[in-house]
Amino acid sequence: MSYELIGITVLWIFLYGYLIVASIDFGAGFFAYYAKITKQDHIINKLISRYLSPVWEVTNVFFVFFFVGLVGFFPDAAYYYGQTLLIPGSIAIVLLAIRGSFYAFENYGSKKSSTYMFLYGATGLLIPASLSTALTISEGGFIEESNGQVRLLTQELLTSPYSWSVVFLAIVSVLFISAAFLTFYANRANDKPALELMRKYTLFWSSPTIIASLTTFIAMSQHNQRHFENMLDLWWMFGLSVAFFLGALLFIYQQKRYGLAFIMVMFQFFFAFFGYGAGHLPYLLDPFITIESSVVNDTMGLALVIAFIAGLFLLIPSLILLMRMFLFDADYVKGKK
Amino acid sequence: MMEFDSVIMSRMLTSLTLAFHIIFATVGVGIPVMVSIAEFIGIKKKDAHYTLLARRWTRGFVITVAVGVVTGTAIGLQLSLLWPSFMQVAGNVISLPLFLETFAFFFEAIFLGAYLYTWDRFKNPIYHWLLSIPVVIGSSMSAFFITTVNAFMNTPQGFELEGRTITSIDPLAAMFNPATPTKVFHVISSSYLTSAAILAAITAFYIIKKKATPYHKKALKLTMMATFIFAVTTAVAGDLSAKFLAKEQPEKLAAAEWHFETEKGADLILFGTLNEENEVENAIRIPNALSFLAHGSFDSEVTGLDKIEEDVTPPLWIHYMFDLMVMLGMYAMGVSFLYIVLSKLKRWNENNKWLLWLIVLNGPFAMLAIEFGWIFAEVGRQPWILRGYMKVAEGATTSPHVDWMFLLFLGLYILLGVFCVTVLRKLFRNNPVELELEQRYPNISNRGDDE
Repeated sequence: MSYELIGITVLWIFLYGYLIVASIDFGAGFFAYYAKITKQDHIINKLISRYLSPVWEVTNVFFVFFFVGLVGFFPDAAYYYGQTLLIPGSIAIVLLAIRGSFYAFENYGSKKSSTYMFLYGATGLLIPASLSTALTISEGGFIEESNGQVRLLTQELLTSPYSWSVVFLAIVSVLFISAAFLTFYANRANDKPALELMRKYTLFWSSPTIIASLTTFIAMSQHNQRHFENMLDLWWMFGLSVAFFLGALLFIYQQKRYGLAFIMVMFQFFFAFFGYGAGHLPYLLDPFITIESSVVNDTMGLALVIAFIAGLFLLIPSLILLMRMFLFDADYVKGKK
Repeated sequence: MMEFDSVIMSRMLTSLTLAFHIIFATVGVGIPVMVSIAEFIGIKKKDAHYTLLARRWTRGFVITVAVGVVTGTAIGLQLSLLWPSFMQVAGNVISLPLFLETFAFFFEAIFLGAYLYTWDRFKNPIYHWLLSIPVVIGSSMSAFFITTVNAFMNTPQGFELEGRTITSIDPLAAMFNPATPTKVFHVISSSYLTSAAILAAITAFYIIKKKATPYHKKALKLTMMATFIFAVTTAVAGDLSAKFLAKEQPEKLAAAEWHFETEKGADLILFGTLNEENEVENAIRIPNALSFLAHGSFDSEVTGLDKIEEDVTPPLWIHYMFDLMVMLGMYAMGVSFLYIVLSKLKRWNENNKWLLWLIVLNGPFAMLAIEFGWIFAEVGRQPWILRGYMKVAEGATTSPHVDWMFLLFLGLYILLGVFCVTVLRKLFRNNPVELELEQRYPNISNRGDDE
């Protein structure tokens, strides 16, 4: 396998990792706020903060890892994305900063306030929307290069049906993934009322998720024909994705095997995300950057791959340790530790 | 003209983010070390005071970590957003340390969560202490890797540049460039120093305002010992850094010392002002000391600004930054030394008010020294972004909106700063040591008379 292919695979895996862990976090913010205004916060807030407190920092690292890796493996990406994403990128940073630090201020510092709950819920939906801009731009048609300058065509971006369908898909997927995870977590904690509430949310958000996936697919066919056809060639990946979605829904509907159901949700997004990604290639930024043209020099590619493997030897056991301590330790989840 | 504006604004925004981030990054590297030491002493001496010390420090630390993480994410992204052309070129060579830094950060993040939520989980407390080791390693390794990137920008090597194409890369040579050893040593040592100094300052302030309980006396003793040790290592690191500059970046040292003419037996200039003809006035001169600082011998030759081309000479005001950094470093060493001497002499009271106030001042002073030191190091390599290869103006974004982003981030940092201070104050006010000692360790006395 060539370095560029290893590079993009590694990055895509990390972005997928971020998609899952961050969705749980962002969705939790929304549910916490929604529960508060509907006076059900006593049911789920404890559950949410019990899971999130030890892992919020780890969630953030997945994201840092992705963008540092992207610049590392594909320095040209820094140029094009850097020149064009100044405003959406800065807004995303500010939202992430408010969310991350205020989470810590509130949970380790003082007690909850309503303003904070609102910010926490609102940023949970705005961040996925602003981050998805980067993915939209990568489809091409939103960047203009002239006289050695690169600039973002904001007007086109804001009026494109494709960009809005991506934003919509990002938000509903976040809510669906998060609800599915919290259903599983509530079940582990033997917390019946929280389980019932989260199960209801999961079932509710499942339909917009699948509808948004379809509309995005259609909008894509209008916006980027090449990418759309590549994805049709990978039809089986999207088929598997839908199959896993239906499987997960079935289990949650029948009120059993919530753990397996969440794993199926993970597979649903895994296949959709990798199918989308594979169809995107060879372009990283259509039509300016392809993975061959922008890849880092060979020596550095090798060094990065070695560093990556060495890093995994450190990370995987640590992550397993973390999960055993906080996710799969029944006493901790139930609130006894 | 538009491009010029975004260069200035990009520089300002980057300085703003870094100046704010450095405060939290510095304590982020140093405090885990102090926490780990305190917890270890607590376990070994079976002294609950030290354990509680570690616990309370950690609680405050998490708040600062949060700000450190989010501002670190900001600077990480801003590198590409504000300096896209620089990252396009340098990204080929510095990806390895940047990548490794995130691994170190990942490692630290995982174990910090684990450390925070397992205080009472293990029967044998040493297991909990063991969780602090990866946090210390992770934070110090982050500092190491990111400092190698900065060192690379000062003394780039390990590649060849033809136009915008980079060839023959040697990743390890780039990482372990001439500036790396002294920079890393200086950064890590001064972070430990500053963290110890700040913790000492908080303790001293409490003793002045309330009273000297055994808990606070132990805290002060531990932090002042640490301050002294780290002040000495920082001074050694500083001396090595000056010798490095004399050899590899003479223009920075010459500008810092207002050393205009290359000569043997060069004088060291302390403070002073420059008149319009660039002559030094009102300064204290220490004969031959610059030669000694630069090369370890009093009559060695030191390169002056006459050997440096004018358009690549750093601004001369960095002299003040350099002097202030050194003075504040000396102050930290002096105050901690005084404390140790007084505590050894039985007839003196090391907890007298005057000394305590000096210790309180040392906290903010140490942090200021960090800021001055970084301003000196960064402005001292102007006009280069990649010394000898790329000037700052060629690296910046061409986007016209940087000024708005500057205001956006200024607002963000003010908000974060205010909230961080408020939350920290509340955290410790609402849960005083006495109360926590009584609740957790009912058998231990904390009155002043049991020592």
